[in-house]
Amino acid sequence: MIRFFELYGKRLLTAVGVHFLYVVVSVTIAFVVAILLGVLLSRVPRWARVILPLLSIFQTIPGIVFVGILFLYNGMVPSTVIIALTIYAIFPILKNTYVGILEVPDEYIEAAKGCGMSPIQTLLQVELPLAMPVIISGLRMSTVYTVSWAVLAAMIGLGGLGELIYAGVSSNNNTLILGGAISAALMAVGFSLLIDLLHKLVLPRSLRRDAL
Amino acid sequence: MTADVILTHLMMVLISVILTIIVGVPLGVCAYLFPAARRVILRVVEILQTIPALALLGIIMVFLGAGKQTVIIGLLLYSLLPVVQNTYVGLSEIDPAIKEVATGMGMTRLYRLIHVELQIAFPLIFTGIRIATVTAVGVAVFATFVGGGGLGKLIYNGIRISNMQMILSSTAVLMVMAMLFDIVMAIIEKILQKRFSGR
Repeated sequence: MIRFFELYGKRLLTAVGVHFLYVVVSVTIAFVVAILLGVLLSRVPRWARVILPLLSIFQTIPGIVFVGILFLYNGMVPSTVIIALTIYAIFPILKNTYVGILEVPDEYIEAAKGCGMSPIQTLLQVELPLAMPVIISGLRMSTVYTVSWAVLAAMIGLGGLGELIYAGVSSNNNTLILGGAISAALMAVGFSLLIDLLHKLVLPRSLRRDAL
Repeated sequence: MTADVILTHLMMVLISVILTIIVGVPLGVCAYLFPAARRVILRVVEILQTIPALALLGIIMVFLGAGKQTVIIGLLLYSLLPVVQNTYVGLSEIDPAIKEVATGMGMTRLYRLIHVELQIAFPLIFTGIRIATVTAVGVAVFATFVGGGGLGKLIYNGIRISNMQMILSSTAVLMVMAMLFDIVMAIIEKILQKRFSGR
């Protein structure tokens, strides 16, 4: 164990850092884009009925294909990884934003209108807060997927934890495989725990206890 | 594109799904029967699915070596969540009145489980199996990195030699495979639901 860190400590640290950056950057961009698109779609449910199924078919394309194709066009630069990961991360958040907003009971929106709120105020102060728990579940799914797909960055020589796994697999070095794989697993579990916590925090205070 | 590669892919998926059912349904039943084990079982399968697929395959490869056995075990662990969860949810959502009737008729616990509860929960369990199968088709692409072959190998080779046509055609086969499983199993699901609610 100690020998492992002596040998690969620095390499592992860099890999964790790069991997972490890939995930955070692409999920953050995806989160912003997805919420904007989700809100837009929720205003025109008729389009959503066409667009969402199309996107879910698109989502079945394995990440490796997407990274590969972008790599052929865009070359071996970090933006290839970020773009691919971002596009993948958008869908779960987008879908949950849309569903979350649509599921807000009509009477709340009606009440907001009755209070004299403008449509923007209703959106920002009533619909989005109420939809937030659902949106955060989408965020959790996206983040876990992204940690997983970011492993593929190594396939096109762009580092991250996948690099250790690849190097280990091709040189038959089990310690290297385990080092990369266990760190990736820990990162995924860590992120999901963190987002679970966030999930609890965003629940509107009035809805936290069952006894209203 | 050879039929051989597609067949390898299909075989890995089918074997792992069958194993997932053999392992997952009893685990779901355990989670239902023993409240003490419930949290542990549900938590563990959830964590398994959180682990990046390639990392999971890498860890298994350290123990089992490169090859199809690693892929199949990896897919099995990865697909457990929907099957275990749906078995558990399906069983615990059964109307208590039905269970009472079964007990009242003199059924033993085991008899009631097999002949009443599992039957009623079956459509939902099948939904879990469908999700597991469709996911497994996609995850099996990673097989190529641990020496398992399949469609992932074609895609990976296509990327390495910059052969767009090779990448796209193998992806198309993969998507068709996933969608066929999804559609056919969705139809079976509808039939099951009708049969079980129509009585």
